[in-house]
Amino acid sequence: MLREIRPAILVLVVLTAITGLAYPLAMTAIAGAIFPKQAQGSLIEKHGKVVGSALIGQEFKEAKYFHGRPSATVAPDPNDSSKTVPAPYNAANSGGSNLGPTSKALNDRIKEDVEKLKAENPSSPVPVDLVTTSASGLDPDISPEAALFQVPRVAKARNMQEDQVRQLVTQNTQGRLAGVIGEPRVNVLALNLALDTVGTK
Amino acid sequence: MTVIGWIQIILFCAIIVALVKPLGWYMTRVFNGDRTFLSPVLRPVERGIYWIGGVDERREQHWLNYTVAMLLFHVGGFFIIYGLMRLQALLPFNPAGQTAVSEDLSFNTAISFITNTNWQNYGGESTLSYLVQMLGLTHQNFLSAATGIALAMALIRGFSRSSMRTVGNFWVDVTRCTLYVLLPICVVAALFLVWQGMPQTLQPYVDATTLEGGKQTIALGPVASQVAIKMLGTNGGGFFNANAAHPFENPTALSNLLQMVLIFALGAAMTNVFGRMVGNERQGWAILAVMGVLFVAGVAVTYWSEANGTSMLEALGLTGGNMEGKEVRFGIVASSLFAVVTTAASCGAVNAMHDSFTALGGMIPLINMQLGEIIVGGVGAGLYGMLIFVIISIFVAGLMVGRTPEYVGKKIEAREVKMAMLAILVLPLMYLGWTAVGVVLPSAVASMANAGPHGFTEVLYAYTSATGNNGSAFAGLSGNTLFYNLTLASAMFVGRFFMIVPAMAIAGSLADKKSHPPSAGTFPTTGGLFVGLVVGVILIIGGLTFFPALALGPIVEHLAMNANTLF
Repeated sequence: MLREIRPAILVLVVLTAITGLAYPLAMTAIAGAIFPKQAQGSLIEKHGKVVGSALIGQEFKEAKYFHGRPSATVAPDPNDSSKTVPAPYNAANSGGSNLGPTSKALNDRIKEDVEKLKAENPSSPVPVDLVTTSASGLDPDISPEAALFQVPRVAKARNMQEDQVRQLVTQNTQGRLAGVIGEPRVNVLALNLALDTVGTK
Repeated sequence: MTVIGWIQIILFCAIIVALVKPLGWYMTRVFNGDRTFLSPVLRPVERGIYWIGGVDERREQHWLNYTVAMLLFHVGGFFIIYGLMRLQALLPFNPAGQTAVSEDLSFNTAISFITNTNWQNYGGESTLSYLVQMLGLTHQNFLSAATGIALAMALIRGFSRSSMRTVGNFWVDVTRCTLYVLLPICVVAALFLVWQGMPQTLQPYVDATTLEGGKQTIALGPVASQVAIKMLGTNGGGFFNANAAHPFENPTALSNLLQMVLIFALGAAMTNVFGRMVGNERQGWAILAVMGVLFVAGVAVTYWSEANGTSMLEALGLTGGNMEGKEVRFGIVASSLFAVVTTAASCGAVNAMHDSFTALGGMIPLINMQLGEIIVGGVGAGLYGMLIFVIISIFVAGLMVGRTPEYVGKKIEAREVKMAMLAILVLPLMYLGWTAVGVVLPSAVASMANAGPHGFTEVLYAYTSATGNNGSAFAGLSGNTLFYNLTLASAMFVGRFFMIVPAMAIAGSLADKKSHPPSAGTFPTTGGLFVGLVVGVILIIGGLTFFPALALGPIVEHLAMNANTLF
């Protein structure tokens, strides 16, 4: 049994160096050469400044922008580091609400959001993804229904024709891969960037 | 439920079934020491490792030596992770300036990664430096997976050999598995994932100015290299806190499909390796069929339940299923499928928050883990877990006809059955026992995020996941407390090693026996009757053990939900 001690140390050290250093560092070099944009986090720049990542949702509150889904992410409380405060779309601390199907807190939150949205657009049914928090709190997408639901508000805030805004939504809708894999979705940041471009013309 | 949803599920199953034979063929060659197409490149590296470690690759080990080697290997792995976490503030590759991790969290995480559990009490992007992610976690993702496969190989050799004292060489099995199986697949998979949008960088976190003028700090890191092995090795510990739900850790529906395939690929192929080594591939297919029946049943229930949504959403006029805690790009079907896959195997990665699943939708992942993660299972661990159930089933069949039970030519006798029962009984002892403590101790109760039966399920899920070395969570539970860090670590430890040691004892005892050719009275173990018998035994043993606990948690919650009761 004693003769197993040498390999237990040395085989471990060599395999650790291969899998824990050589492999990730080699992958970093290769990925950076072949897919530089993705490897750096698919960052989007505007006028030389990073405005976000194509894959990471961000918070939108203004009426002139399409809004993403509610986010349950938190950040440490600046006054008491043992507590946390809500910090929607905190991309340095991802997470979901973790509230279950019989949670009163969840019920109250959803009810409030539904009422707000109904007041904003009484003519369409409220899409479920607009009132439920995502798993990561950073969901970059909403469903096409959730985007179309917001068209009247956005058009009004921007003095645009609803049809024009609706057309932008359609252009920014991604379907299922090969018609089968995944779900149809609209990337909120991309849609809002497209809106801003139209607005400045 | 939709037709497109079911097509996605069928597509996934078809990919897995198609991979079983080629991967099984390749892995059999690797573990038999045959040449493969990678040998010209990897053979010199392999020999170098043996030379440095002083390993004679032709010297095989008795099962006890094999087990001791495995345990020593884990001791070393534990100290590497623990040391790195405690010292991370002083070490390089720490652009976010993470400080030292506390003793109990480091202890929990080290146990968690050497046992292939990868329970996440740590926060990923908010706790760990890039160095710990790579040198600590990525390396142990490889080695704990390689260990699982090595142990399964030892057990398979137990069945396939006749009158031999040895079951293989642990160092050779681990090295070959890492070099020839895990690394090559990970290199390809990691590049594919980066192509889909997964970061792979050592640059610090980026500060972005959002369109509305706010500041958003975006966490980055060497994600893809870790995620590839996290899935392939059924480890499941996330780079980010939100695990595979984080858009960087799972950017598209295609990356999601690949990750699910990686979780199942090796575990499913191990059944074929088993079949080939015992000389009849149909033995492997029969085991895969048992897994398939249980898997499809689980997917159907979870998908149906999540697509139906909750009465809370229904009362507010919201349709489209239970989207709380799910991502739009995956939707209901890919989230439900992922949840069943990750708990059927002992992966534990999540692409949706299980804590927010419907009561019945969240019960299936729980049941998958309580059955011992034998539906495909962890790489290696799933096969030896399933073979333990097969031994019990064969024993039951033998009792019915009054004949000494036999399986693939080996007589199953008292010693094997005793060891199999020990492995099966120790799991519920851990998860039911600790749950009982967790729900009465006031400081532990304070960790629950949800009230009512859902809070109970959070605790039950945590210990089940830890004991089963799964690592997924009803993540509302605040597990990063002294109590949970220590008790969960004990559950992970016992769940791993009290399963492994009996399995290795069975391997040793079987290898020692003579092989008998099948006779007219041998119970055929390749047909539908055998598959049905094993499924039945699994469900009866499982059901008797944990049905009472489920009744207190998800079942009560489901009834409460239907009665519109909120907590």
